[in-house]
Amino acid sequence: MIHYVVHEDGDSVGTIVVEGVKGGEKLTGWVMEQDKMVSLPTISEIPIGHKIALRDLEKDDTVIKYGVDIGRAIAPIKAGEHLHVHNVKTKRW
Amino acid sequence: MISKDSTFLGYRRENGRVGVRNHVIILPVDDISNAACESVANNIKGTMAIPHPYGRLQFGADLELHFRTLIGTGSNPNVAAVVVIGIEPAWTKLVADAIAKTGKPVQSFSISQNGDHATIMKASKAARELVQAASEKQREVCPISELWVSTKCGESDTTSGCGANPTVGNAFDKLYDLGTTLCFGETSELTGGEHLVAERCRTPEVKARFMEMFDSYQAMIDRHKTSDLSDSQPTKGNIAGGLTTIEEKALGNIQKIGKKCMVDGVLDYAETPSGPGLWFMQSSSAAAEMVTLCAAAGYVVHFFPTGQGNIVGNPIVPVIKLCANPRTVRTMGEHVDVDTSGLLQREINMDGAGDMLLDMMLRTANGRFTAAEALGHREFVLTRLYESA
Repeated sequence: MIHYVVHEDGDSVGTIVVEGVKGGEKLTGWVMEQDKMVSLPTISEIPIGHKIALRDLEKDDTVIKYGVDIGRAIAPIKAGEHLHVHNVKTKRW
Repeated sequence: MISKDSTFLGYRRENGRVGVRNHVIILPVDDISNAACESVANNIKGTMAIPHPYGRLQFGADLELHFRTLIGTGSNPNVAAVVVIGIEPAWTKLVADAIAKTGKPVQSFSISQNGDHATIMKASKAARELVQAASEKQREVCPISELWVSTKCGESDTTSGCGANPTVGNAFDKLYDLGTTLCFGETSELTGGEHLVAERCRTPEVKARFMEMFDSYQAMIDRHKTSDLSDSQPTKGNIAGGLTTIEEKALGNIQKIGKKCMVDGVLDYAETPSGPGLWFMQSSSAAAEMVTLCAAAGYVVHFFPTGQGNIVGNPIVPVIKLCANPRTVRTMGEHVDVDTSGLLQREINMDGAGDMLLDMMLRTANGRFTAAEALGHREFVLTRLYESA
């Protein structure tokens, strides 16, 4: 079972693709571009479709997905934590 | 698997274009002609009214777009014949004459100094003749290169960017190589990825025009925004589904143009492309607006990848829904034509998913009702550029 997918190596986030992920679980991930398997434990509950941080981020760090800049952290984020509008914002508007 | 020898069964129109549907439409020029159009469509079975809320006191580029959208809708190859009804005769004739340039049967009526009842009677007689003639039209074998396909994603979430949208990209890469005519747009939704689209433009002129359109859309947003647009773009639905920023949404959006397609040209709202290839259309990111614009430009089939479950349809163009989110497929299955959720469990690969979509495209072109058609979704939404006078 694949719990999360990562678009490519170097991304700082993965996407949860199954329902019911809780904190403290060991998840199996698939890096799609490189077609390789990875794993990570969760810190928090993460709904399907939402993102999991793959590494620790400081406030104002750039978040990378698809190999590019998709926004900035507005709070420190730990690997395995739920990453979304409460801790990441756009740089554009 | 499609190839240059693939074919579909289409309706060849008088101007040589091929459609995949055979609609007879009752088209109002303006909002106050909606009632008469709906009466005619009720009287004559097999015809369809396309009511809308505008068409009075518009001016300038906004009025030109209004006419271009109505004329383009009537001219679309999926339409066999048109009855046009407006309040006053001059604008009614303008729309009807322009549609008639395609060679298809068009009749028009104006209500002023006639009244609804007389207009409905005359228009119903016309509609009966048109629908009986249209009902004898047969499909013929057509090469796949004559298929015009547009795409827009909607109610996206993170499964769109890694699942449904790249599936469209895979299909578009294959269709592009066969000489078809393709379209994508959603200008604001490229924000964060516009440089990636710019890089794919075939010539410096195309690139310059694209950036000009992108920048003017950004300027419009800057002029009117009161916040960072969260809840509007991305929408509440996007956010509930896990999309966090416009940049993330844009990168997911851009997956729809695949890896190989070049952007061959740039279209204004509802403008018809002048040749095959992939065209970028200046357009709203609101689903019904954009599909309406693509239909008006002459596209006959639409790929609509969704994450959280967008349910939009169009009166004259079949809208194919594909989805890679297993929860959406489970909870809203009646709206989904192609289930690509296997992608995210590595049960199928991107080539397989692209082929599934192309297979559904051929079945749809050949007559299969999309979910949106079966469910009666006929959203027809005109794009406005500014207030009426």
